[in-house]
Amino acid sequence: MRNASFAGSAAARWIVAASLLMGGCGGQKAATPTPTATTIQVKGSDTMVNVAQAWAEEYKKVAPEVDVEVSGGGSGVGIAALEKGTIDIADASRDMKPDEIEQAKKNTGKEPKEFIVAYDALAVYVNKDNPMEEISLEQLAQIFAEGGTATKWSQVGVKIPGVSDDEIVRVSRQSSSGTYEFFREHVLNKKDFKLGSRDMNGSKEVVELVAGTKTAIGYSGMGYATPDVKMLRLSTKAGQPPVAATAANALDKSYPLARSLQMYTLGEPQGEVKKYIDWILSPAGQKIVEENGYVPLPHGQ
Amino acid sequence: MASESGGGAGVGAGAGASPSAGRAAFRRPIASLLAERGLETLIRLSGVSAIVFVLAIFFFIFREAAPVLFSPGFKLSEFLFSTQWFPTSVSNVRYGTLALTIGSLSVTGVAIALAVPFGLGAAIYVSEFCGPKLKETLKIVIELLAAIPSVVWGFIGLTVMSRITIALTGTPVGVNLLNGGVILALMSVPIIVSIGEDALKAVPDSYREAALAMGANRWQAVYRVLIPAARNGLLAAVLLGVGRAVGETMAVLMATGHAVNVPHSLLDSVRTLTANIAAELGEAPAGSDHYRVLFLTGTLLFIITFAVNLCADLAIRGVRRR
Repeated sequence: MRNASFAGSAAARWIVAASLLMGGCGGQKAATPTPTATTIQVKGSDTMVNVAQAWAEEYKKVAPEVDVEVSGGGSGVGIAALEKGTIDIADASRDMKPDEIEQAKKNTGKEPKEFIVAYDALAVYVNKDNPMEEISLEQLAQIFAEGGTATKWSQVGVKIPGVSDDEIVRVSRQSSSGTYEFFREHVLNKKDFKLGSRDMNGSKEVVELVAGTKTAIGYSGMGYATPDVKMLRLSTKAGQPPVAATAANALDKSYPLARSLQMYTLGEPQGEVKKYIDWILSPAGQKIVEENGYVPLPHGQ
Repeated sequence: MASESGGGAGVGAGAGASPSAGRAAFRRPIASLLAERGLETLIRLSGVSAIVFVLAIFFFIFREAAPVLFSPGFKLSEFLFSTQWFPTSVSNVRYGTLALTIGSLSVTGVAIALAVPFGLGAAIYVSEFCGPKLKETLKIVIELLAAIPSVVWGFIGLTVMSRITIALTGTPVGVNLLNGGVILALMSVPIIVSIGEDALKAVPDSYREAALAMGANRWQAVYRVLIPAARNGLLAAVLLGVGRAVGETMAVLMATGHAVNVPHSLLDSVRTLTANIAAELGEAPAGSDHYRVLFLTGTLLFIITFAVNLCADLAIRGVRRR
C-alpha cells in the first residue's frame, strides 16, 4: 500500500509539471484552419470586434455563401497574424508600423494595403458618480504616465462623494491593444505607462471595471459607453475649451483623441475579400458602423 | 493471470491443473510469450515516455528562450530581480519579472492557505465521518465542481466574486489578490478532496479497527493513525491542488486585475507569470526579444514547480526516515 501511494504521488508530480507547462503555454494560439474559397478570416482590434461581428452577421444575409470568421486579441495580434499570412484581413485601431510592414513584405512578398473603415473618438471614462466633467491631456499624462505625480483624485481637484480612499484606480489595456499604443503615443507622448494599472483584456472590460469602481478612470472606444459611466470632455491643454467625444467632433478632428479604424489586407484584395471590403465601405456597411456607436465615413470618401 | 487469458483454452486448463504460473509457462505457445514480451515493452515505454516528454518540453521551451540570454538588451539580473516590466516600451525596454513572480507566488499562497485546510478537512469528513448516502451525494457534487472550466471560474471571479469582495472588504477594486486566491482555492479544493479521500480510503480497515480496539476515539484514530498512514497520498492531493493553482492561467487573468504590482496587502491587484504569457505571446513577433523573454518566463515557471516538487519529495523522505 505504501508503494502504491508513493507511485501515486510521483505520478502526481509529473502531472503537476505537465499541467503547469500547458497552463504557461496556453497563450499560444492554435493554428487557424486552412481557409477555403468562401471563408474570410478577420482578426485584430478589440475596439472593432463588436462592429466586425455585426458586419460579418449582416454580410451573411448579403452573401450567404461567404463565411466571415472574426476574432479579437488586439490590433497587435491581428497584425502579427497578417504578417505570417494566416488571415485575410487584420483589424487595427492604430496604424501599422514601418517595421511591421517590412516584416509582412519579407514573409509574404506582398505590401499591406490599408482601408479606413470608420472613425472613433477614444473616450476617457469615469464612474457616473465622479463629479469630474472635463480633463486635459496634460492631466491624463500626470495620471497615467511613468513619473506622473497624480495618484489621488484630490490632486486633480476632484472630491468623489462617499469614498474614503481617493486613490486613482487606473484602468488600462494589455500591450497587444492598438488602443493602448494610440493612448501611449498621443497622451503620454511615447513615454511608458505607470506600472500598477489594471490592464484589461478588452474594450468592454475597461468600461465594466470603471462602472463598478467609483475611483476609476480608463480609456476605451466611444462605442462601449453605458449609462453607468461618463465620457469626459477633453482639452489639449488646461484652460483651452474642452471638446466632447461626439461623432461630429471626431470627424472634424477637434476632439484631441480622434482616430481612424482600419482594415489591412496583404496586397490588393481579390475576389470575395475585395467584395467584402467594398460592401463595408458602402452605405449598407457604414450604417452598421453608426449602429455600433462609431462614426461612419463621410459621404463621398 | 491477465496475460494468460490470451493464450487459448488449453493453457487455461493447464493453469487450472497446476497452480504454479512458472510451470504453466512451459506449455504456452511461442506467440503468446512474444505477445507478453511485446506488451511488457510497450508498458515500459509508456512509463519512460513521461520522463522523455518532460525533458522534451523543457528542451523546446528553453531552446526558444536561450538566444535572448546573449542579447545585448537583456540582463539576467534585471530579469530576475527587477519589478519593471516594459516589454513594448518605445524608449526604454525593460524585462523585469520580479513583480510577476511575486504575483504568482502570492496568489498561489493565498489559494493554498484557503484550500488545504478546507480540502483536507472535507476529505477526512467524506472518508471517515459522514454516512454512506451523504457521502455519495457529496462525492458527485465535488466531482462536478472539479469539472467546471477555468474560464467559467474566471468569469465568476470577474463578475460575482469581485462584487462580494467589494461588499465584504470595502475595497474600491474587486479584482485583486484575495479575489484571485479565493477563485483558485475553489478550483483546487475539489482536486484535493477527491484525491485525499482516495488516499484515506486506501488505508486498510485493520488500521482503523486496531486504533479503535486500543481505545482511541474516532478523532484520535484519524489524527494519530489514518493521517500518518495516508501521508503520501494526502501530500499528492495537496501537490496536485497547488499545481492547478500555480499553472492556472485564464481564471487568474480575469480575477486578479492583471496589474504589474508588488502587492502590499490582500486587496492589491497583481499579475501572474502565466497570465502575462497568455496575454502577450499572441502579439510578440516570433524571434523577437519579447517573444524569447516570454519563453524564458515559461522556463522560470518550470523551475519554480520543479523546486516545489523537489522540496515536497525531500520532505516526504525526511518524514519517512524518522
